[in-house]
Amino acid sequence: MSKVIPVRGLRPFSRMLRVSAPNRADIIAFLLLAGLSVLVIRGAEGMAEPLSHLRAAPVSLDPWNLPAYALRTTLRMFAALGASLAFTLVIATLAARSRRAEQVIVPALDILQSVPILGFLTFTVTFFMGLFPGQQLGVELAAIFAIFTSQAWNMAFSFYQSLRSIPSDLEEVARGFGLSPLRRFLRLELPFATPALVWNAMMSMSGGWFFVVASEAITVGKTTVALPGIGSWLALAIERRDFAAVAWAVGAMAVVILLYDQLVFRPVVAWADRFRFEQTASAERPRSWAYDLFRRTRLLPILLAPLKGVGQLLLMLDPGARHVRVAAHSPRNRIGDLLWHGLTGVAMLFAIGLIVHYLTHSLSVGDAVTIFGLACLTMVRVLALIAIASLIWVPVGVWIGLRPIWSERLQPVAQFLAAFPANVLFPFAVIAIVHWHLNPGIWLSPLMVLGTQWYILFNVIAGASAIPNDLREAAGMFGVRGWQWWRQVALPGIFPFYVTGALTASGGSWNASIVAESVSWGQDRLHAAGLGSFIADATAAGDYPGVALGIAMMSIFVIAFNRLLWRPLYSFAERRLRLA
Amino acid sequence: MATLLETRPLVQLSGVRHFYGKGHGQMLVLDNVDLTLDENEIVGLLGRSGSGKSTLLRSIAGLIRPSEGEVRFVPDEEGRDPSVSMVFQTFALFPWLTVLQNVELGLEARKVPAEERRRRALAAIDLIGLDGFENAYPKELSGGMRQRVGLARAIVVDPSLLLMDEPFSALDVLTAETLRTDLLDLWSEGRMPIKSILIVTHNIEEAVLMCDRILVFSSNPGRVAAEIRVDLPQPRDRLDPAFRALVDAIYARMTARTPAEPVNDGLFPGTGIAMVLPLVSTNALAGLIEEVHGAPFDGRASMADLADQLQLEVDQLFPMAETLQLMRFAELTGADISLTPAARRYAEGDVDARKALFAQALLAHVPLAAHIRRILDERANHVAPARRFRDELEDQMSPDYAAETLNAVTHWARYAEIFAYDEQADRFSLDDPG
Repeated sequence: MSKVIPVRGLRPFSRMLRVSAPNRADIIAFLLLAGLSVLVIRGAEGMAEPLSHLRAAPVSLDPWNLPAYALRTTLRMFAALGASLAFTLVIATLAARSRRAEQVIVPALDILQSVPILGFLTFTVTFFMGLFPGQQLGVELAAIFAIFTSQAWNMAFSFYQSLRSIPSDLEEVARGFGLSPLRRFLRLELPFATPALVWNAMMSMSGGWFFVVASEAITVGKTTVALPGIGSWLALAIERRDFAAVAWAVGAMAVVILLYDQLVFRPVVAWADRFRFEQTASAERPRSWAYDLFRRTRLLPILLAPLKGVGQLLLMLDPGARHVRVAAHSPRNRIGDLLWHGLTGVAMLFAIGLIVHYLTHSLSVGDAVTIFGLACLTMVRVLALIAIASLIWVPVGVWIGLRPIWSERLQPVAQFLAAFPANVLFPFAVIAIVHWHLNPGIWLSPLMVLGTQWYILFNVIAGASAIPNDLREAAGMFGVRGWQWWRQVALPGIFPFYVTGALTASGGSWNASIVAESVSWGQDRLHAAGLGSFIADATAAGDYPGVALGIAMMSIFVIAFNRLLWRPLYSFAERRLRLA
Repeated sequence: MATLLETRPLVQLSGVRHFYGKGHGQMLVLDNVDLTLDENEIVGLLGRSGSGKSTLLRSIAGLIRPSEGEVRFVPDEEGRDPSVSMVFQTFALFPWLTVLQNVELGLEARKVPAEERRRRALAAIDLIGLDGFENAYPKELSGGMRQRVGLARAIVVDPSLLLMDEPFSALDVLTAETLRTDLLDLWSEGRMPIKSILIVTHNIEEAVLMCDRILVFSSNPGRVAAEIRVDLPQPRDRLDPAFRALVDAIYARMTARTPAEPVNDGLFPGTGIAMVLPLVSTNALAGLIEEVHGAPFDGRASMADLADQLQLEVDQLFPMAETLQLMRFAELTGADISLTPAARRYAEGDVDARKALFAQALLAHVPLAAHIRRILDERANHVAPARRFRDELEDQMSPDYAAETLNAVTHWARYAEIFAYDEQADRFSLDDPG
């Protein structure tokens, strides 16, 4: 045992000081990191300014301002992502650890996942502006919160599900060695849940872009605030019918998405690969040039040392193993249960009373019927468009998925397209509709799936490439082709993947209807009757009861959709079509 | 060697009973187990699945609190409680930790200082023959090496008692043999700090090879059916006649019925339609009949030889043999299985003749199959929902057992073509899809 083993983990400080001359990778990494910190500081400075400063220097369409705007927007996105992460770690862990908390948190997350997020804006802006009167920070927080509400739920839900699916043998090891809750979290739960969390964070980030555009230029009733950012730029460009400015915004957004994908998410995905719970090394590992670069540096361990130090310190303060002989099934605390149920029951009754009181005071039954009718209109649109998008993208996706070279090239493109906020492209649709005098009731509808159709595409690609080669060879040998091939080989093979994609696409489309059913270009305002435009109009008019009822109606529709259509399809796919 | 040294008890279990589930459908998995583990011995828990071996192991590990009874640790001379640690069938390594970090896990939890932790972990890795792999991740290792990590992780915390839950059953034959030998060498040379080993297995040869004492468990519910002392000197030779004789004796012990039980119903728990049946493929049954029918067995074989020949463990072989016995295709006597005339006709018949014989046996000797067929016959449309029978079974057994039993009967009935099952609609019918 005389070999020197390269020691992992925190090194003694004396060893850290003995750093050899920095290498080339160090220099590049240092410059990247230094540049990034300057950007963060510059952006954060802007947030702290008083609101009057914003009035004095409103958003302008000068392309020289665009990088700064893009920076501010990106910072908002990452601030929201950070908040979502913190929310996830706390709330989801709580739900997984406590049976009582679970009873409330899990259904709440399930519903919040399907609630139209854009509708929240109305309420939160008022709240946050009241929190910091006369300060830009209040509006900033409102915008960040809006993005947060589009990111947090699915991250928390995925984390909770990961925590619940930890393999029982690892759980037994942790209990057998008497790992304390903190150590257990850091050693077992967090690593196990990391890959799914990273994936969901990426999805959330994509979703967040859609709302950035809507949340930066906020008009609630008579108040209009435009925070410096790409969203405000875009709103102004639309108002002024400045075509070039819209194009600039699209370009800026593409650059930003590309940058954070390459500099943040790819490295994180490559890093998180080590936490994937698998017993055999997979042939294909996610790669990232940025991750490789940072790993080559000698600078990085020093930069990360404080972070690691915090973790080590936490573990050091942690009480050691308690030799708990048994913690398996403690008798349930009946009185506590009763108390808890009583408490939630009272809170529920109170909430019902509050809602009924509020709605009956400001709305009539007639309103509800009208809104229901509008919701049905929107539902028809969503269904028709998902069907059309499926007809187009399923064959395309299968074609691509069966050709590994193409799917390797096009998968990231489809993911990029899904991340791209489709609402940026709405003005072009308006111009076309106005130009050819089309019926907005029909021709505005495609906008709803503009951003969400890609989920269908990239899931189908993934499904088609997962069809085992032997099945394809067998089909080829027996001369299965044409409709029979689709019916018996391709469609069953991709079905579980397709359902996942269509579910995501349909949920997103409902949400998108709020911006897609009511679109403007300068003075031209196109309007398609539906629940989305109803909520948008009610928001613009400051009609809070209307917004509340609209959101509630949409939530009910989305949840019913999920329960009655997608869940049964999904369980059918799981039961019958899974390639085990 | 165990008999030469002074034996001191380490753990004492008395009157341990354990139930799974609650209220209706509660299953008794462990019934009244008394057991004392002494120092300086390797004890094997031998039994089939469902005999509660793993539950017992986890009760000792402190992962489960038994519903009734007591697990008592006997303090040593200095008044310290014995400690335990466990090796898992699935290895249970943390894939994001290196070999070294995995081994250090238990020490870290006990807040052993970093320097000492590293020293002890490296020593354990060295002992178990893994040096050079300290910085490898588990997924880079073969199955045998992973289990070595599992072993190092368990012994590094200096447990008095090492619990092993089918530690070699996920490994191939050769790897398992190497690892067994290495473990026995370390044990007999006293190079591990362990005072006693308790190993759960369903491999009879493994138990005879390693253990000083074997506890044979009966299943449903699990209780200690026999205690067998193995006095053969180590290292043991599988081909030694005394070794073979002991293996045969244990097979006989495991097929033996208590005289009070009726001839066929005693094999599987429950009686009549509520009999719990194992899901055994008709292909496997046919294969077993053919094997015993053909040379060299010619209708009669010892279970141990069969297990050897077919590379089957008791967990797989016993359900098959017992299903044959239930259908009167075979008789289990002592450690032998012998075919009935019906089975010999089956072996010689063509597909249709085989199906006819199987259908006959199924309707005559499997009450649930006969019951479903009768109901289908009585109904005008010859259709009955499967739910109905599932509910009927769940009144008598746990949902898992009910599902397996119904699956088994459905599978056999489909082969025998005595009724059909539509999975989509979840119902039985007399439809002939042909």
